[in-house]
Amino acid sequence: MEEYPLDGVRIVDFTWAWAGPYATLLLAMLGAEVIKVESQRRLDHTRLRSLMTGPTMGGPNQSTVFNDINLNKLSLTLNLTQARAIDIVKKLVKVSDIVTQNMRPGILDRLGLSYEALREVKTDIIMLSSSAVGATGPERTYVGYAPTFAALSGLAYVSGHPDGRPTTLTGAIDTRVGTTAAFAILAALNYRQRTGKGQDIDLSSSEAISCLAGDVLMDYTMNRRVRERNGNHDELMAPHGCYPCRGENHWVTIAVSGEEEWQAFCKAIGGPDWAKDRMFADAAGRRQNQSELDRLVTEWTRQYTDYEVMEALQSAGVAAMPTFSGRMIPRDSHVKERDILAEIEHPELGKRTVVGAPWRLSATPARIPRAAPLIGEHNQYVLGELLGMSHDEIDRLVEEEVVY
Amino acid sequence: MNQAALAGVKVLEYCQMVCGPYCAKLLADLGAEVMKIEKPVTGDQARSRGPFLHDIPHPERSGLFLYLNTNKYGVTLDPASSAGKAIFLELVKWADVLIEDTAPGTMERLGLGYGSLGEVNPSLIMTSITPFGQTGPYRGYKAHHLNIYHASGQASFSFTEKHGGGIPPVKGGGYVGDYDAGLSGAVATLAALYRRGPDGTGQHIDVSRQEALISLDRVDVSAAANDPNATDRRRGMLGGLMPCKDGYVMVLAPQQHQWEALVKLLGNPEWAHSEKCRDERTRSENAAELQPLIEEWMLRHNKDEIYHRGQSFGCPVGPINSAADVYDSPQVKHREFFAEIEHPEAGKLSYPTASYRLSETPWRANSAAPLLGEHNDSVYRKRLGRSEEELAKLKEQGVI
Repeated sequence: MEEYPLDGVRIVDFTWAWAGPYATLLLAMLGAEVIKVESQRRLDHTRLRSLMTGPTMGGPNQSTVFNDINLNKLSLTLNLTQARAIDIVKKLVKVSDIVTQNMRPGILDRLGLSYEALREVKTDIIMLSSSAVGATGPERTYVGYAPTFAALSGLAYVSGHPDGRPTTLTGAIDTRVGTTAAFAILAALNYRQRTGKGQDIDLSSSEAISCLAGDVLMDYTMNRRVRERNGNHDELMAPHGCYPCRGENHWVTIAVSGEEEWQAFCKAIGGPDWAKDRMFADAAGRRQNQSELDRLVTEWTRQYTDYEVMEALQSAGVAAMPTFSGRMIPRDSHVKERDILAEIEHPELGKRTVVGAPWRLSATPARIPRAAPLIGEHNQYVLGELLGMSHDEIDRLVEEEVVY
Repeated sequence: MNQAALAGVKVLEYCQMVCGPYCAKLLADLGAEVMKIEKPVTGDQARSRGPFLHDIPHPERSGLFLYLNTNKYGVTLDPASSAGKAIFLELVKWADVLIEDTAPGTMERLGLGYGSLGEVNPSLIMTSITPFGQTGPYRGYKAHHLNIYHASGQASFSFTEKHGGGIPPVKGGGYVGDYDAGLSGAVATLAALYRRGPDGTGQHIDVSRQEALISLDRVDVSAAANDPNATDRRRGMLGGLMPCKDGYVMVLAPQQHQWEALVKLLGNPEWAHSEKCRDERTRSENAAELQPLIEEWMLRHNKDEIYHRGQSFGCPVGPINSAADVYDSPQVKHREFFAEIEHPEAGKLSYPTASYRLSETPWRANSAAPLLGEHNDSVYRKRLGRSEEELAKLKEQGVI
């Protein structure tokens, strides 16, 4: 039997959208049993038809977005507006280790599922609440999505071309928050292993992104400098940019660090005369004259494909990589050899390629992904096997729309 | 006692710049005892990168280094020498976790690969963070943040400012993608630590910086992998980044109740009740006509007003905050997200802390980043029992 790091850890997961579910996805890939508590009454919007999930989607079990971020999980449907559903949650928490949620601060408390209430049924429970800006402070009721977290954090402000607009990056802003949440949960789990104590974790999504721009914020606290956008450039290295290649919309990034790499770079591009120009004689000169340098480098990169530039420069010891588009990734030889992508079978979507775990553990490999659950797919397992309810009892709960 | 989440966890860090140091910082800030090994004389490369205090380059005054190395002990050591290797092995015996970021094959060449270290300390968890992982055709390739960010697809997937028309795709600001690799490595490390428990066996963790980023953008990557002709599915979504009177705001209203909140913010204009605004689909079909009407309103208002009024109606809007805006935000102040730490060379400075408030085991700032070789004496002499003469000799040979 395969062994996973989090074997035996059970998570009651109330999160929805992207960030929270990505946290529990990571924990599920590490072997935790994640029970997603959801309801037909108010579906996770990633299960709904939208511009994100595609206009042709046929119902809540066919969302590819939902599938991508809820692999390996179980689904239990409960209508939390019903008192008996709350009782069921408490019974479930009693046999679980972790509770996660990302509703607006205060909502779960009003449902009678605060950390204090849950600690009464399970003294060492670990609870993580993730919100836009944290559960305390004047803005605690504010709501947000990935782009607003990026906006608030200070990261969007410094991302983008110097003469262009800021950019709020991608959906990865949400999954960064999720990774941070998974880290905090694992720290609490290690603490519980040592001391037997659970705890309550309040996570601010926008602060999670601020932490990833720590040096930018330090520039302000140290020097009162507001760092501006710098495109693909660097404060020391030049060339350091994204250059067009042969073919339509193909690009390569090149970063040259230090004198030795500069010499290797010049040789790899055929030792052109311009490289000997005095203005490029040292790192400071190259940086100072980088618009001219970028123009000359572009003349060279345009003659080759992105992969040709990568191979020529990497074999000379200079960092160069294609700018991968989504369609280039699955075709790349390294991506293929590392088995980054996996194919799974989904009962309604059929065969579907998904992304695996972002790490390799030598003794405890990541769980081979199983498709995301159909809505309510594991009601029988959770209510029957875990909580010992009879078929009749469960049927009645379904009929009365407690299990819904 | 035991008020730190990771108290008692011993970590050896042999890393530079952002990825590995951030991974170890996350553990140090929650109470792990982190011993950072730096190259003698020059130290971590981050020491030679800004921002510097008052913009004067100084190895003890780099904001990048100071931020990424809080709560750590620092020693200098060159494990390529035989005396240095012996010390490295003694430290490995002491450690629960080794985090290293050398190019694949380097540790093996030094006789310090996982195979050898696992024999010295079978419970060791070794986390290796490299650009492309320990295997595969690119394992020996070099990559800086710029290269990795673009090689993950994230530059192509960026929400705004679509490249094309000669404008190149752009990386995320600062070193965001490198922090990601460190964070990802920390998750895997803590999972391995939990599984090991107090007396189990360790394992080797292979973290590829490229994969850390690909995993984050899994929705976009798998969309393209399943349908090579997938177009940009967000096209036509109303809202997004917009200029306002004093900067930019991010305006979102994908759900019906959020759209209704946005309409309230806009002062309930007549056009918002037309057939074109009926649902997300009709709004996106008519985005070309509707978007300018929203933008025109935003241009007449300040970002703070848009943020607070919009949020009071339940509309997920947010201002594009500069570092100054973040620092001055009443919310951020209320949560004490910045904390002051005193450093012997850099003085008292404000540092970003952490986004999680753990009720039992709070984030702590016990000490600022170590000076280069600050703990050589206490570690080598007191902990490893080297004599003063031996230390002098090691120093002379450039080992420490």
